[in-house]
Amino acid sequence: MNFKETFMNGEQGLFKPSTLTPMQKLVLRFVVIGLIYYGFAVIEGMIMRIYQISPIAAIPDYQYFAILTAHPLVGIFGSTYSIVFGAFLFLVPFLMKKPLWSFKLANWTCILIGVGTMIFWLAGFITHYAPLYTLYWPLPADFSQFNPLGGTIFVAGIAIVMLGTVFFVINIFKTIVYTPEGWEKQPSKALFLSAMGLSGMTNMFRKKENQKEHLVSLPVAAIARGTVDTALNAGIILFTGVLILVYLISHQLGFDLKNSAVDALLYKNWFWWGLDLIADGLVLIFVAGTWYLLAMLITGRSLFMQNIARAALLLELVVSWTVWSHHLMSDQAQPGFLKVASGEMVTAFELITQGLAFFITLATLWSARPLKMTNPLKFLLGGLLGFGLAVPAGIMQADLGLNRILHNTQWIIGPHVHVAILVGLTMTLYSAIYILFPIVTNGAKLYSQKLANFHFWAHLIGGIGMGAFMGMAGLKGMLRRTIYLNGEFNLYMILAGICGGLLLLAFLAFFYNIVMSVGLKGVIGIFTPSKLDVKILVPEAEK
Amino acid sequence: MVDSQVVLNGQTFAYTFYALAIILLMLWFGYNVTKSGKASKVSSALFYSFVTLLVVLGVSLHIVTYNTIPWASMDLNRKEIKADKTFEITVENHKFILPSEKLVINVNDKAMFNVRSNDLTYGFGLFRSDNSMVFQMQVVPGHLNDILWQFDKPGVYTIRSTEYSGPKGAQMILKDVVEVIAN
Repeated sequence: MNFKETFMNGEQGLFKPSTLTPMQKLVLRFVVIGLIYYGFAVIEGMIMRIYQISPIAAIPDYQYFAILTAHPLVGIFGSTYSIVFGAFLFLVPFLMKKPLWSFKLANWTCILIGVGTMIFWLAGFITHYAPLYTLYWPLPADFSQFNPLGGTIFVAGIAIVMLGTVFFVINIFKTIVYTPEGWEKQPSKALFLSAMGLSGMTNMFRKKENQKEHLVSLPVAAIARGTVDTALNAGIILFTGVLILVYLISHQLGFDLKNSAVDALLYKNWFWWGLDLIADGLVLIFVAGTWYLLAMLITGRSLFMQNIARAALLLELVVSWTVWSHHLMSDQAQPGFLKVASGEMVTAFELITQGLAFFITLATLWSARPLKMTNPLKFLLGGLLGFGLAVPAGIMQADLGLNRILHNTQWIIGPHVHVAILVGLTMTLYSAIYILFPIVTNGAKLYSQKLANFHFWAHLIGGIGMGAFMGMAGLKGMLRRTIYLNGEFNLYMILAGICGGLLLLAFLAFFYNIVMSVGLKGVIGIFTPSKLDVKILVPEAEK
Repeated sequence: MVDSQVVLNGQTFAYTFYALAIILLMLWFGYNVTKSGKASKVSSALFYSFVTLLVVLGVSLHIVTYNTIPWASMDLNRKEIKADKTFEITVENHKFILPSEKLVINVNDKAMFNVRSNDLTYGFGLFRSDNSMVFQMQVVPGHLNDILWQFDKPGVYTIRSTEYSGPKGAQMILKDVVEVIAN
């Protein structure tokens, strides 16, 4: 096939959208939307990398901060939520061998996340509403700096994303516990308890011959437990959004409410409690669950120390509810016992829970060697390395002594946040995409392995390199969330910018590879309705 | 009290060493997991040893830093420590309002910085002339934000807001306004 034919019909013309089930199309739509928003986040990231070297004359500072506000939200909600929700809405029924509870609701999740992200992105882009994702009170209601109408649309966009999230949560739990039509009655309560990890916990204290069989596989249990935090987080963000909306709308109606009616420190505790359900809860739980699934799929074996892995997921859930205070270690009015107990001690548990997941995944892979270095395996190893680097960096900054000289520096956002998200989380997601690609496309072939190899190395080196140079700047005192006008940290920022460029090239190589694999007609075909039954996950011939 | 730069140097060394070790470990693993040979099960003894190591590391990090980084214990117990000098600072409309043009402190004196915000959440950080950070804290409206610090050598420092408070806050910088002098 020549270039034009491949571009139109995909590699060897193997991808046939007409053979896809509605569920396959839906998961591919989620992935396409997620990748487009990832592209947004990468471009925004590159603009900010250049700005940190030398402010761009065409972009005023208020526009820069609007980009800084939108960037993590587009990355987390628009990209990661889309890809993760799409994958899990497919995987839970796939692993449980039963249809999704509601295809319609899943479709709405996809639409609401895609539309909601575009609304808040546009509101930020046009009106420059920029209180950052931290929303430290009373900044979101500071009308001397921000347009209240822009803020109202921005918050409405986030609320739409949260509504889609709530639909996802309902669908996941209903799918686990419901009885499909024509099936024997399912033990809903037992399924729920197994999904929550109680069977794994009790098995640890039983003799081997008395251990109960798990009704729900470990990856499904991990998804269920991460979904608990997803639900709580959606509730917190929705509540916070309503609070901000009250102030925004009142101002537009001519009633200015007193900002001091809301205690800034209490708000900060509330906000970080909710936000850490994503950062320290569902990310670590979802990632651990995804590592386990990938390790089992790659090796074809059961997981090493399965009961402990289940118990660790339950422990991580509790840890994620009590860990928030590490974000308030530089807040002097925060009680000291919360800083030590929640900020230091509970946070240190994340080293243990994530370390367990790291070890269990590697041990499972090791027990099946020799393995072929496939794309899923190499990206999985990249993801493990990302968290291997980022979690200890986080534990260090969650220390009373070190936090005093690290908080709000580039150290936090570089070696911890960006290495965790870009290398740890994103490479894990890429591994899942590479392994699911033939399953959800009914056997489409990847266009170029060379491009996939380039994607891997450019992303790995770019992600670790960018985080490292940001971290070095942070240790030299460079702050995040500000602008340096005189090139104070240029050496580090130029090097970080080059690594950011590698990340952009890696994404372009991946995107091109995927488009050439399925073809332009294939991409369009993903968005046309399927004629197959919504209850069928993959066509019989592909099973 | 030891200068915070010394602690940062120690951290840089420790984390660089760890980062190189984990990268090498993953390279070794990636190479060997593909090599032909007999598949071997990982022993549970190794697993439990690893868990023990994680517990020891997680707990000991904070015990070690509490006992070696002097400002950690001073910060937790600052209510019981008498300051040699106290500076009342206000922040409003993206501006620091100092009690005097320069804040002068004697070497080895304990200086208390009490910072109040009348509107937004800000940060309060002290920086050396090479832009490296001495310390920082958050400045939350409606609450007392106080930090006790002891300087071990003479120097001139810049105050800068370390927290985002909207685009107007990016250049909240008071250059060379804190001076530490020899007794």
